[in-house]
Formats: sequence, C-alpha cells, structure tokens
Amino acid sequence: MTPATHQQLFTITVYSEHCVGLLNQVSIIFTRRCLNIEDVSASRTTLEGVHRLTITVWSDRETMEKVVAQIEKRIDVLRAFLYTDDDIIYQEIALYKVDTRKLIDEQYLENIIRHHGARVLDITPDFTVIEKSGQPWETEALLDQLRPYDVRQFVRSGRVCVTKSSVEVLDRYLDEQQIRRHKIENNK
Amino acid sequence: MRERITGAEALIRSLEAEGVDLVFGYPGGAILPVYDRLYDHNDKLQHVLVRHEQGAIHAAQGYARATNRPGVVIVTSGPGAANVITGLSDALMDSTPVVVISGQVGARFLGSDAFQETDVVGITQPITKWALQVRRAEDIPAAVARAFYLARTGRPGPVVLDIAKDAQLGELEWHYEPLRFIRSYNPRPVVSPADLVAAAEMLNSAQRPLILAGHGVMISGAEAELAELAEKAGIPVATTLLGLSVMPSDHPLNKGMLGMHGNIGPNFLTNQADVILAVGIRFDDRVTGDTDSYAKNSRIIHIDIDASEFNRNVKVAKTIHADARDALRQLIPLVDSSRHDDWTERFDICNSVEADYVKSRELNHGGLLTMGEVIDAVSREVDHDAVLVTDVGQNQMMAARYFSFTRPRSIITSGGLGTMGFGLPAAIGAKMAEPGRTVCYFGGDGGFQMTIQELGTIMQYGTAVKMIVLNNNFLGNVRQWQELFFNSRFSQTPMVNPDFCAIASAYGIKSRRVEHREELADAVAEMIAFDGPFLLDVLVDETDKVFPMIPAGGHLENIMLDKDTHFVYPDNRQNNQQ
Repeated sequence: MTPATHQQLFTITVYSEHCVGLLNQVSIIFTRRCLNIEDVSASRTTLEGVHRLTITVWSDRETMEKVVAQIEKRIDVLRAFLYTDDDIIYQEIALYKVDTRKLIDEQYLENIIRHHGARVLDITPDFTVIEKSGQPWETEALLDQLRPYDVRQFVRSGRVCVTKSSVEVLDRYLDEQQIRRHKIENNK
Repeated sequence: MRERITGAEALIRSLEAEGVDLVFGYPGGAILPVYDRLYDHNDKLQHVLVRHEQGAIHAAQGYARATNRPGVVIVTSGPGAANVITGLSDALMDSTPVVVISGQVGARFLGSDAFQETDVVGITQPITKWALQVRRAEDIPAAVARAFYLARTGRPGPVVLDIAKDAQLGELEWHYEPLRFIRSYNPRPVVSPADLVAAAEMLNSAQRPLILAGHGVMISGAEAELAELAEKAGIPVATTLLGLSVMPSDHPLNKGMLGMHGNIGPNFLTNQADVILAVGIRFDDRVTGDTDSYAKNSRIIHIDIDASEFNRNVKVAKTIHADARDALRQLIPLVDSSRHDDWTERFDICNSVEADYVKSRELNHGGLLTMGEVIDAVSREVDHDAVLVTDVGQNQMMAARYFSFTRPRSIITSGGLGTMGFGLPAAIGAKMAEPGRTVCYFGGDGGFQMTIQELGTIMQYGTAVKMIVLNNNFLGNVRQWQELFFNSRFSQTPMVNPDFCAIASAYGIKSRRVEHREELADAVAEMIAFDGPFLLDVLVDETDKVFPMIPAGGHLENIMLDKDTHFVYPDNRQNNQQ
C-alpha cells in the first residue's frame, strides 16, 4: 500500500500478559479501522510473564492515539506506547538464502558481505544463508547486490526497537501496581 | 482436605459465591453437565428459561441495568453462543455488566468443526470486555472470579466464559477466592487533586456553564452528588438518553435530554455554553451532531472512568480520569456557590417553544392517537415512578421525551447499538430484578415482533410487565426518515401485522386493544391496576413523527420543529449577541 502524504510510519509497542488470543485482540482493533499493519513482531521480555508486540503502521497521529488507547483498554494489555522514528532506536534482521554454486565463482562476495556488515550463517553445497541486521533500506541494499546470485528466499524480521527515553515507563507502572496490590491485600 | 467436585458443580457454586441468585438461559448439548447440577441448586439459584438466547442476554441486560449487578446468561455452544452476539455488542456499547457462560465442545474436538462448535472467543473478543476459553475443571473458579470482577468494575461490560465440556465433567478440589486485583487493569483510578482544582477554577469563572450527565453518573451512583454540585454552583443539567432519570424530570435545573430528538434547550445552548462539565458521557454522534461545530465556544471538562473515551469523538480542554461519584464528591467543596439565572432562563425559553410548538401538538392531536399522548397517559397513571423500558425507534424517542421520572435508575433502553427487539426481554429482566416496581415496556409493532417469542417466558413466570405496543403498522422511524429525506418513498416499511391481542391470549396474557382516544385513559388504568402481565395494543397515527429533530451529522442549532419549520430563538436581540 502506498501511504498517503499526510501519513507517517508509527511504531507501537504493546506490553501484555502472555495469553492465548492476545494478538487477535490487538490486531482486530486495526482491522476495525481498516489499518494495514506493516510489520509485527512478538517476543518475551525480561519481566516474568510479560510479552511484547512491536507493530509498525502508516497512519496519522490522531488515529494512532485513538488506536493505542483502544489497545491499552484491553484487559490483558499492561501498557501500549506510540512512537515515531525520532523516539526510538530500531533495527530489523534479514536473512538471505542464496545459491552456493553461483556464489563460489564470485570473487567479490567477501567484499560485499564485509561492506554491508553482514555475515554468513550457514553454507551447504546447495545454498548459503547470509544474515544482516540494520534498517530496511540497508537490508534492501544488500538484497539488490545479491540478486544476481539467485536469492531463493529473503525474509526480514520486522522492526524491533528500544526507546531513547531515560525513563522506563513500564517499570514504573509495574512498581505502582505492586504498591496497589499490597494496599488491596492489606485491606483484606 | 478440600472437597472434590465436578467443574459443572464448581461453576454453579462460583456463581452463588458471587451472589448470583437468578440466571437467564437455554440448555443444549455442550452445557448439559451444568444444567444437570443446576437441578440440585433450584432453591438458591433460579434459572429463567427464555425462548431464544437473544432473549436471555437482553433479559440479563435489563436485570443488570435495573440493579447495577451483573446479569448472568447460560447458553450452549455453537448456535446458542452465536445467538447472544447482538446482546454482547449492545452491552459493550452501553457499559452493561453481563456474564455469559457458554458451553463448548470437548477440548479434543476443538478446531475439528465438531457438531455445534463455533469459535466463541474469536468471535466475541471485539465485542466484549474480556473473553476466555476454559478447558480444565480446576480453572473454573478463578475464571468465574475474574469474569465477575471485570464485568462489574471500572467501566462495566460483558464478559464471556467459554467452557469446554471436559472442564464441566472433570473434577477439582473446591475452593473459591473472589478477585480484587489484576496488574494490567486499574478499575478505580485515583483522582488527581490538581485536575479537580483546575476543573473547579474553570467552573467558577464560567458565565454560562452547563453539565452534561450520562450513563456513567447512574453506573457510579452519583445522582445525589450531581444534584448537589448543580444546585450549589447553579448550573443547568442536560442528560443523555441513557442518563435519563439521574435527576428527577421536574428538578428545576434538569433542562432535558440531549441528542437528535432531545430537548431544544440543551441542544441549542450547548453551542453557547462557555464551560461544559461532561460526566460519564462519551459524546456519541447522536449527541454531538457535526463534531466540527460542536460546542465550539466552550472549554470542556470530561470526567470518565474510561480513558480511551478522552478526545475520542470531541476534543476537550480538561480530562479527569475517575469514577464519576469519586470525582463529583471531591469537586463539590471546590466550586463556588453561584447562580446563573439569565443563562438558566434561556433553557426555559427554548423549551417553552418546544412545549408550545411540538409537545402541545403531539399531546393535543385531533385525529388518530399519537405515540406521545399514549406515553404521557401511562407516565401519569404510574405517577412518573415506573421503570421505563423501550425498544428502538420512534417508540424509544417518544418514550424518552414523554415519560417522566422521579426516581434514579428508571430507564432501560438500547442506546449505542440501537437493537430492535431489545425491549421486551429487557423488561422481563428488569421486572425480575425489581419485582416491587412497575415496569412499563414501550415497543413498536416491528421491534415487538423481533423478540415476541419471549411472551412465552412472561407466561411461564407470570412476569408482570406492562407492555404497550405503539402499533402503526409501519416501521415508523425508518418511515419518518423516508418521508423527510427520501421523498416519501416508503420502501419496505409498511407492515401487515397479526392480531397482537389474539397472540397475547394464546399465551394466556391479558390484553386490550385501543383504537380511539376516549378508550385510552380507561385502558391504561386497567393495565396498571391489573395484577400481572398486560399487553396494550394501541393503534397510533402512522404519520406521527418525532420532533424536534437534528438530522444526522447536523449542526446543533439547526433544529427541525416539523418538516418545514426550524427553531429560532424567540428573543432575536439576545440570540444575535451570541
């Protein structure tokens, strides 16, 4: 989808309980507004039982603020945050599965890999797997260079990111909740 | 040692532990173990057998709205669960606490398209506050505790427990612990004192303040606080449809209802107010009309328990994330005693135009009976003290306009979703919840027939609902739009109806048909005096239309008094100053 000019790429991070159907609860909020998710990744965090989604989507700020409020309203969601690229440090990983026989004749392969800061993960007589992390334009640039060698599979992980802020809002939220829990339990 | 019981028994005991004494439901294959255990709990837990699962959930909504306690529904898998979808969506829109327990096929059959299997959690997630599938007996008590905690706290809403048959049949060690904390959920936010001080300063400096009171006032039980604040600060109050009855209809500061068919004063003057205090309302499009021109002269303070409602439909100057009662209680000492007599009087001037031009025509109609005069007659007969339950359409808007209230928690209607067929089962639930109060249902001939099968439930339980069918042999509200906006092309709105009194009598329900004005008072008196359910089938004028009207998405000051006349503020000099 070609984004309209007034739109920009937003990154949403969702911290939630690790439970069945969570992704559906979140994605259906985008579906309702006919918003197409660019990429999405899900993973555990360092916090016990807390899961994290990272979602990117082209939209406008007003729409995204409402979407994030609707996501945060879901019971199993701890917190959801809205970022633009200025607020975060972000990367993605790409894997390239290339024909080994074509690569073997290529004297500049090592140069290409070094130049792009990529590395070889696996080599078999049939295929070679190259890994590169970076921003989408960087993984794209390597893809363009590898095209002559018959890229049989190409995959990118979708964005992962951390915030530039010095305040860890989720930790603070969980601390406040812990205090609330003690109050409730002591009132018993 | 703890007692070992089945999941089905644990489910029933868990309901009892949550204080449930009445459930609405319909049995079927995948929920049979629960119905078997229910058989031994008849003394403590009454089950109302409806005639269709949609009737069960609307009845539970009626029960919940009348009592502020969760209404409980038990249905089977597949079609049973699918038939409660409309009610779940309705309950989510109207913040109604409902707990639906649906049977599900055995865990090992899930995903196989087993007989009567449907993806209940997948379907209901977007239209519930929370939904969970339970596959193991030992998970049932905690799931029920969580369901009730979520349904009734914060902004109330519907929850679903989809319980696989194995979980009902399996065994567990019985232990029940109510839930009081979920780390991802803050149902009772602490009010920020700084927010309250800022809000009070805005109100204290206002020349033309206005309070908009919604369903949130009723849910939090803040009726007394609302009146105290309004009286102390001398601020006129307008209510939403779902906020009707939060203030007695005859309270001098109650200036009427907002919305498409609301009263002229509150609608017209919203755009003149300089500070608006919105309490427990969500600025529905039927209230705001065109949001670009809505309340543009006003700074809005929005109190709501649901933070996702802030700046959702209308941009506001100040948000207060709180339970309405908590916030109002703390706001009262901060506001100055004041009066705004000139401002308040403008509402009465607007409303007197409405009384002269719209109400008097509706109530003193020469020809066929009008809906308004029937509703007015019933309201007077019950001394404005009954619970009003409506269906959706002209009957609903007319009832909202012509029924009066003296007591809080007296309106049960489908607001957000606008569900035709809601009214009759909701009235059953309301009457069962409040057997001591008169419950008056108003429906049209269309909506009445959408859930007419619940007359069987009324028959079986002798539920003394007073049913008034405003019968114009038309889908009246659609007819009104067709007449006003589609060149009177009445596409698929005329309706050939059965003899509703004959149907009532087949169900053993007393009834009376009214065709002429001179029969009305006597028939209404007979209905209210009768000890039991009663159906009044009243033939009303099909050309009767609900006015005033602000067309959908229209400007709040562009109010139709009838097809050809628009409201003009009577004192042009004063109006032009705005």
